[in-house]
Amino acid sequence: MDAFSRSFILGLGLSSEVMKELVIRLNNVWRLSLEIMKGEFVAVQGPSGSGKSTAMNLIGCLDYPTQGSVYLEHHDISRLSESELAQVRGKKIGFVFQQFNLISSLTALENVALPMIFQGVPAGKRIKRARELLEMVNLGNRISHKPKELSGGQQQRVSIARALANNPEVILADEPTGNLDSANGKNVMEILRNLHEADKKTIILVTHDENLARMADRVEYIMDGRNKRDTK
Amino acid sequence: MIRDYLSLALNSIRSRRLRSWLTMIGIFIGVASVVALISLGQGLQEAINSEFASFGIDKVIIQGKSAGFGAPGTFSAGKVTEDDLKLIKKVSGVENAAGRIIKTATIEFGNEQQARAVSSLPNDNREASLIIDANNFKLKDGRMLKSSDRNKVVLGYDYAYGKLFSKKVYVGNRILINGKQFEVVGILERLGDPFRDKAVLMNQDALQDLYGSSREFNALVAQAKKGEDINKVAEDIAKAMRKDRSQKEGREDFEIQTPQQFLNSFNVIFGIVQAVVIGIAGISILVGSIGIMNTMYTAVIERTREIGIMKATGARNEHILSLFLAESGMLGMAGGAIGVALGMGIGKLVEFSAQKALGSSLLQAYFPWYLIAGSLLFSFIIGAVSGVLPAMQASRLKPADALRYE
Repeated sequence: MDAFSRSFILGLGLSSEVMKELVIRLNNVWRLSLEIMKGEFVAVQGPSGSGKSTAMNLIGCLDYPTQGSVYLEHHDISRLSESELAQVRGKKIGFVFQQFNLISSLTALENVALPMIFQGVPAGKRIKRARELLEMVNLGNRISHKPKELSGGQQQRVSIARALANNPEVILADEPTGNLDSANGKNVMEILRNLHEADKKTIILVTHDENLARMADRVEYIMDGRNKRDTK
Repeated sequence: MIRDYLSLALNSIRSRRLRSWLTMIGIFIGVASVVALISLGQGLQEAINSEFASFGIDKVIIQGKSAGFGAPGTFSAGKVTEDDLKLIKKVSGVENAAGRIIKTATIEFGNEQQARAVSSLPNDNREASLIIDANNFKLKDGRMLKSSDRNKVVLGYDYAYGKLFSKKVYVGNRILINGKQFEVVGILERLGDPFRDKAVLMNQDALQDLYGSSREFNALVAQAKKGEDINKVAEDIAKAMRKDRSQKEGREDFEIQTPQQFLNSFNVIFGIVQAVVIGIAGISILVGSIGIMNTMYTAVIERTREIGIMKATGARNEHILSLFLAESGMLGMAGGAIGVALGMGIGKLVEFSAQKALGSSLLQAYFPWYLIAGSLLFSFIIGAVSGVLPAMQASRLKPADALRYE
C-alpha cells in the first residue's frame, strides 16, 4: 500500500531511562515492528507492561526511538528536530487519552480551539471550527463549560473534538474508554468507528481490552515488547 | 498570536487568584514606594527649582550671621545696614541692591487682632521692583504700592481668600497696624508659601514711621549685572564687606547666599535621600521578582501535565516559553500597575497632609508620564526576566514525560 505508511522498529535501546527499565525487565529482548496503512483502523493490544505505552509514545511522535526508526509518510521522524516533531503532532496526529487530558482552566470550546492556536489559525476561524466539532460530538450546548463541569463521557467527547481540531490524518486513542462506563465507552467507540468509516481517518487504538480491540479492522498484539500479527 | 498567549496567560493567572495576588504584592509594594517617592521628590525639586527660577539665579542674599560658634561673646549677631547697601551697590558687577525690613506688628480688622510680619518695600522704584521680582510677588487684585503711598498696604493672598480673619479683607478695606489706619490697595496672587501668602507690604518710609527710623535691614538682595558670574559677584561683595568691617575670611559676621549654593546643598541631601529610598525599594522589587520566579516554578511543576498536553497537541518549545513568559510578565505588569496606582495615591495623600499640616503647597506630587510608563515597562520586564528560567524549564519538558506526570 502506498501514500501513508508507518513503521517502527525498536531495537535494544539503552539510553533512555524507560527503555533501560524495559530492557532489564525483558531480558534485553525487545523487538517490535509495525506497519500501519493510511485509512486503517488498527488496534494495538497487549497486557500492561508489554511496551504498549512506549509504542504509543513513538507512534504519537511524543518521543524519539533510542534505536531503530519511526517513519511517517516515508520520513524518518527520528531525524526531525523537537520543533518539527511538534509540527508533525499538531498537524498529523490527534490524541485521545484515557484521562481525557483537558486543560482544567479552559472551557470546552477553548480546549478544542487550543491546538489551532499552535498552528496559527486566526481566532474567528478557530472558534467557528471548535464550535462545529463540539456540535458534531453532540456537545453544542456545553461549549462554555469547564472540564470539571462535564461528565467523563462528555469530557472524552470534548477530547475527540480537540483531536480533530487540525483535521489530522491519524487519531491515536490510548485506552479511550478506560475511564468510562460501558454506555459512554460504547458511544466513544462509535464516534471513532464513524470517523474511520465516514471520514476515512486512520485510527490507532491502543488497548489491553480484547473486546475493544476486536472492533478494529486489524489487531497488532504486543507481548513482552515483541509483536505477533493477527489479521481479522 | 501574542494576544492568544496573553489571554491564555491571563486565564492561568485568574485560575490561581490568591497566589497571583500574593505574588503581585511583592512587586507592587516596591513599585508603589518608588512611584510615591519619585513623584514627591520630583514635585519638591520642581517646586524648589521654580522658586529659584522666580528668585532668579542672578541674585544673592546678604544677611547678618544669626548665631556664632565658639566661646560666648566671640561673635555677636551680625547686622546689615544702609551703609552695607551703599557699599554693595558700588561693587563692580552689581547691577542693583535693595534692603528689606521685617517687623512683627499687630494687625486689627473687624475687632480681631493678630500678630503678623510686616515687611518693607524700598521707596526707590528700581529697588522696589528688585524686591518684588525676587519674591515673585504678583498682583491678584488692586494695584502695587507707589513710592508716594504712605498709609497704604498690599496684602498676601490669605487675607482675602484664606481664613485669617473671620471677615475677608478686600481691596479698599481699612486695617489697623499697631493702631494706625492703613488702606488695602492690592492683594497678591497665591504663592503657596505660608510666609509670603500672609505678607503685609508697605513702603519703607511707612514702616519706619511705625517703628522709628533705623539704618538696619533684615536682609539685602543684590542683583548681578547681565553676564556676570554670580559666584564671583558674591565673592566681590564679601571682600568689600570684609574690608569695610576689617574682618578676616571665615570670621565674618555676615553671610552671603547664592541660589546655586543653596540649590547644591539641597540637591546633595535630596540625592542621598532618594538613593537610599530607591535602594530600599529596589530590594523590595528584587524580593518581589524572586516571588514571581517562585510562583512560576511552582506553576511549571503544577502544570507539567498541561504542558505535556499542549506539546502533544502541537505546541512547540517556543510556544510554551512565550506562554510562561507572558504569564510572568503579566504578573509583573499587573503588580506594577497596582503599584503605580497605589504610589500615586500615597503621593497625593502626602501632598494633601503636607498642605493641611504646613499650610504650604510647596510639596506637590508630580507624575511625569515617563515615571508611569517607565514603572509599567520596568515591572513587565522584571516579571518576564523572573520567569525566564522557569519558562525555559517548562519549554524543555519532554512531551512523553510531561504527559505521564501525575
